[in-house]
Amino acid sequence: MDISTKTDAPPPAPQPTVAEQKRAARGATRPGDRIFLGLSRGSGILLLAIMAAIAVFLTYRAALAISKDHANFLTTFEWNTNVLEPKFGIAVLVFGTIVSSVVAMVIAVPVAVAIALFITHYAPRRMSGPVAYVIDLLAAVPSIVYGLWGALVLVPHMNGLFGWLDDFFGWTGVFSWDQGAPRSMLTVGILLAIMILPIITNVSREVFRQVPQTHEEAALALGATRWEVVRMSVLPFGRSGVISASMLGLGRALGETMAVATVLSPSFDIQASLLNPGGGTFAQNIASKFSEANEFGRDALIASGLVLFVITLLVNGAARLIIARRAEYSGANA
Amino acid sequence: MKLQRKNRLRALSLGAVAVTGALALTACGSDDNGGGGNASGNPSTSAGAGSIKCDNAKGQLLADGSSAQKNAIDAWVKNFSQACGVQINYKGGGSGAGVTAFTQGQVAFAGSDSALKPEEVTASKSVCKGGQGIDLPMVGGPIALGYNVPGVDNLVLDAPTIAKIFDSKITKWNDPAIAALNKGAKLPDLKIQAFHRSDESGTTDNFTKYLIATTPDNWKYSGGKAWQAKGGQSAPQSAGVAQQVKQTSGAIGYFELSYVKDGLKAVSIDTGASKPVAPSSESATADIAAAQVVGTGKDLSLKLDYKTKAEGAYPITLVTYEIVCDKGNKADTLPATKAFLRYIAGEDGQKILPSIGYAPVPDEIIAKVRTTIEGLS
Repeated sequence: MDISTKTDAPPPAPQPTVAEQKRAARGATRPGDRIFLGLSRGSGILLLAIMAAIAVFLTYRAALAISKDHANFLTTFEWNTNVLEPKFGIAVLVFGTIVSSVVAMVIAVPVAVAIALFITHYAPRRMSGPVAYVIDLLAAVPSIVYGLWGALVLVPHMNGLFGWLDDFFGWTGVFSWDQGAPRSMLTVGILLAIMILPIITNVSREVFRQVPQTHEEAALALGATRWEVVRMSVLPFGRSGVISASMLGLGRALGETMAVATVLSPSFDIQASLLNPGGGTFAQNIASKFSEANEFGRDALIASGLVLFVITLLVNGAARLIIARRAEYSGANA
Repeated sequence: MKLQRKNRLRALSLGAVAVTGALALTACGSDDNGGGGNASGNPSTSAGAGSIKCDNAKGQLLADGSSAQKNAIDAWVKNFSQACGVQINYKGGGSGAGVTAFTQGQVAFAGSDSALKPEEVTASKSVCKGGQGIDLPMVGGPIALGYNVPGVDNLVLDAPTIAKIFDSKITKWNDPAIAALNKGAKLPDLKIQAFHRSDESGTTDNFTKYLIATTPDNWKYSGGKAWQAKGGQSAPQSAGVAQQVKQTSGAIGYFELSYVKDGLKAVSIDTGASKPVAPSSESATADIAAAQVVGTGKDLSLKLDYKTKAEGAYPITLVTYEIVCDKGNKADTLPATKAFLRYIAGEDGQKILPSIGYAPVPDEIIAKVRTTIEGLS
């Protein structure tokens, strides 16, 4: 604080003004601080400016397209932009995107949590390392490779599962199957589940590892079994962390492009059954229509991208709400 | 020290896994792609390479457009660049991408499955100083209906049946409508799996134009590059559709003739002529011969006759165009563009087409194309 210590004779103690006191309270203002403040403030503003530019661009191009749409943008089951009276709508895409992601989450979250628990609490230390490493490797596989594997290996092997589901659960309608090639929403969901598994597992593992030793020891001292320890101290502590992890996974599932485009048999109608081919997702539709689209068609695809963006925002917002409400029960966000 | 060695070992084994993995994966990848491009066999590369007139052609040509004619362009480019030393880079990114690149002045010529629309002609005027973009028909080709039905070798269908099959109105192979067209064939009690394109495509556009023209009562959709009928299954690109049809018992799909191979069979069309017509280069050329030039001025866009009943004329055909400026081509690429177009419209260029599954443009029309090419400036 005191900048005048060079002289031998101590100067009379300066009377700090109110402004100086305030500045002192805020912290020092040497050049380094000011430069760093400027840099970080600049980065923040730059980010906002970029986001605003993207939003303006998306909204402008989307508005151009939607104003020329000869059908209802929200409810039309058709995407035909290359004709005189273009018609396009996102109903099928919203449905397909949400259904495939939900299927993926239903499969991936329990498995990921189980793997994370196994690595942190059950596996011998020598084993947990390699298992965690293999899970990480899953994240390193490019999505087009997943697509190829899905189309050439997974799809041909789904016939047995589909037949079994149709035999026993066909009456529900959700699992009825017309014997088409198994390139349906369920197959896509399974593939997406494999793709989002590593990110959910990794984050959950880190959270479970943070559980205070004392919690677990206390539970053990009360005579809890290992499962009871997990249920009473590990899971409640990690809940919000697992939710955040799932949201990261969901984000990837919502936006996955090439794997879905390769594995799904897309068409512009909604199938009640998860097993019959059909439907489509936002990202898949953009990927498959973009190369032949004219200027207007691209605007229409941008409009659909904007909707995906909004859906992702809503999902993330909802997740934040859930985590905020649960924060008081857990130490993860403390 | 010990630790280090262990780490090194681990890194080595990891590297080995990664390398073998990558090798295995790339092997898969190239297998998969092999079905699409070159499998139709190499064209006779020496065909008349000596007679190509190069004039002042030099430098590099950029082009983009229809993937339907990519195999033909590749064969032509190989011969032409051997003879003249001009590099031609045809991207094959799709007709839409080609036309966009052309109207933005990025390419010397574009390939397209459909003729320029009025607004695209307007857009081309800013690139073609004092002129406009014109369509030159260069490559014809039959769109085959490939099928995979065990025990059925010579399937015959007519337009209404095709429309009903692709509109999910006929769902079994032993349907009476199919049986009536195939007397004596053993049609199985098998579900029909009709495959269409999942991406936008000129092939879809031409196939549905045929259905709209011949059987409007059974095909009530407006057409366009995107598939509109509900139901059925889909796959990306012609290669993708062909592969799915090959894999799926009871499947039928539409794609260029060059994809009909390895056990796939093509439907013969009952057009009302005395015998059903199978897709081939000759039967497609016979159909295009009846096409009318509807372009004005130097534009030579064609109107195909889908309702033809001429003997031996296959009705589901597609013509791809090369799009250039009639006037105002860029001075530095004009000689090369002209020389290349002169070669592909010439006898030597057109002669290659049947060997790679395409159809030559009929004499009367190609003669007009040649005259137009000489007049480009």
